[in-house]
Amino acid sequence: MSMSPAGPSDGRSALAAAFEVQRRVIWALLLREMITRYGRHNFGFLWLFLEPMLFTLAVTLLWVGLDLNHVSSLPITAFAVTGYSSILLWRNMPGRLIGSIGPNLALMFHRQVKVIDIFLSRLALEFMGATISFIVLTVLFTGIDWMALPEDLLQVCIGWLLLAWFGAGLAILLGALAEDYDIVEKLWHPFAYLILPLSGAAFTVDTLPPAGQQWILYLPMVNAIEYLREGYFGSVVHAHYDLAYLISVNLLLTGLGLAKTRVVSQKVVPE
Amino acid sequence: MIRLVDLCKSYPTSQGPREVFRNINLTVAPGERVGILGRNGAGKSTMIRLLSGAEQPTSGLVERRMSVSWPLAFGGAFQSALTGLDNLRFICRIYGIPWEDKLEYVQQFSELGPYLREPLRVYSSGMRARLAFALSMVIEFDCFLIDEVVAVGDARFHEKCHAELFEKRADRALIIVSHDANYVREHCSTLCVLSEGEMSVFTDPDEAFEFYHRAIHLQ
Repeated sequence: MSMSPAGPSDGRSALAAAFEVQRRVIWALLLREMITRYGRHNFGFLWLFLEPMLFTLAVTLLWVGLDLNHVSSLPITAFAVTGYSSILLWRNMPGRLIGSIGPNLALMFHRQVKVIDIFLSRLALEFMGATISFIVLTVLFTGIDWMALPEDLLQVCIGWLLLAWFGAGLAILLGALAEDYDIVEKLWHPFAYLILPLSGAAFTVDTLPPAGQQWILYLPMVNAIEYLREGYFGSVVHAHYDLAYLISVNLLLTGLGLAKTRVVSQKVVPE
Repeated sequence: MIRLVDLCKSYPTSQGPREVFRNINLTVAPGERVGILGRNGAGKSTMIRLLSGAEQPTSGLVERRMSVSWPLAFGGAFQSALTGLDNLRFICRIYGIPWEDKLEYVQQFSELGPYLREPLRVYSSGMRARLAFALSMVIEFDCFLIDEVVAVGDARFHEKCHAELFEKRADRALIIVSHDANYVREHCSTLCVLSEGEMSVFTDPDEAFEFYHRAIHLQ
């Protein structure tokens, strides 16, 4: 048995050693991705959250400027910030994973680098970007008194994580499927666009007619956003959600996604 | 030790699956030098990728009981949008060693000078080969996998590779794939020939040569 850094080390279980390798690989890929995506010029990696921040900021200012208070009874700034941050969180993830294997094929010459590591490193970056953007904007707008801090911070965090999980599960499944079916990439863009007005960012379920409420809650992200907003605004809103449904969908997407990723990794040819 | 047991590999093509390897068995002992010969398209690079674990066999087993390098080849293993230095950092990170200690060695061996901080896409093939070789010497493997790359470059590069690989690391195992029978003969004790999806193993180089020449001219 080898004692070189490349070989398995003694005294630790194989599983712990495998996790250590995976942690190193994901970290290395994450740093690599930051350099190739944001470079070292001007703001560099700050674009990680400046990009989603600018988008949310623009939409928020637009809503406030147009005085769209009729959209809901909730404070418009906080409504826009929670809504658009949520959209960016789950919707950018599949876009990042679809077609992510090709540009990384050279790195897969290293046996440690697996398809799932590429997926996880990109998901971690998306999550970090959207989360930092959400936090910075909330603090910023609170500072100038445009919005208040969340009533139940824990519930907001749980809602945020459930939404991120949904985005990640969907992204892993679509990212793996896209390796076998080009059509996934073609269909994702129109789908992501069409689903936007239905995703719960720009309305609350309570304002819909009862028949519509029932149908819209089949969309998992709507449940997560409703839960998150209940945590943010407290009893001011009457939220509609089914967490058991959301978690079931998340589990299903993650399970199918990981299974498909495994199949894809068996076939991948580094170049 | 590395062991291949009943290894099969096929690729899907538009005309159905194409078999590249059929029931290949091979054992490489620590310190052994194995040369794998094959004409263009015989599956040499595929064999190296399977040995390295970068690619999975369709069926059969690849067992690695020593640390094995990634395939040291012309292309692959590095990101051309990144600089040489970024690639060094990446390699060191995935193997969990500090890159700062290795910088001087890589600078010295690769002779890239300021180009070490430029993206790989502006490198010439010689520069790429020097960087690739230097980076793979940064990690101390028990077995190095070499896909032709040492066969390119100028005399100076050859001499340096020779010193690093065959003198300083004379105790390591080595698997070289090439179509250059003389190069392989010079450096390897065990010779294998890939032909028609099968691998024949020879200990007598003359026998291997004869077999290889027949395989080349086989239509």
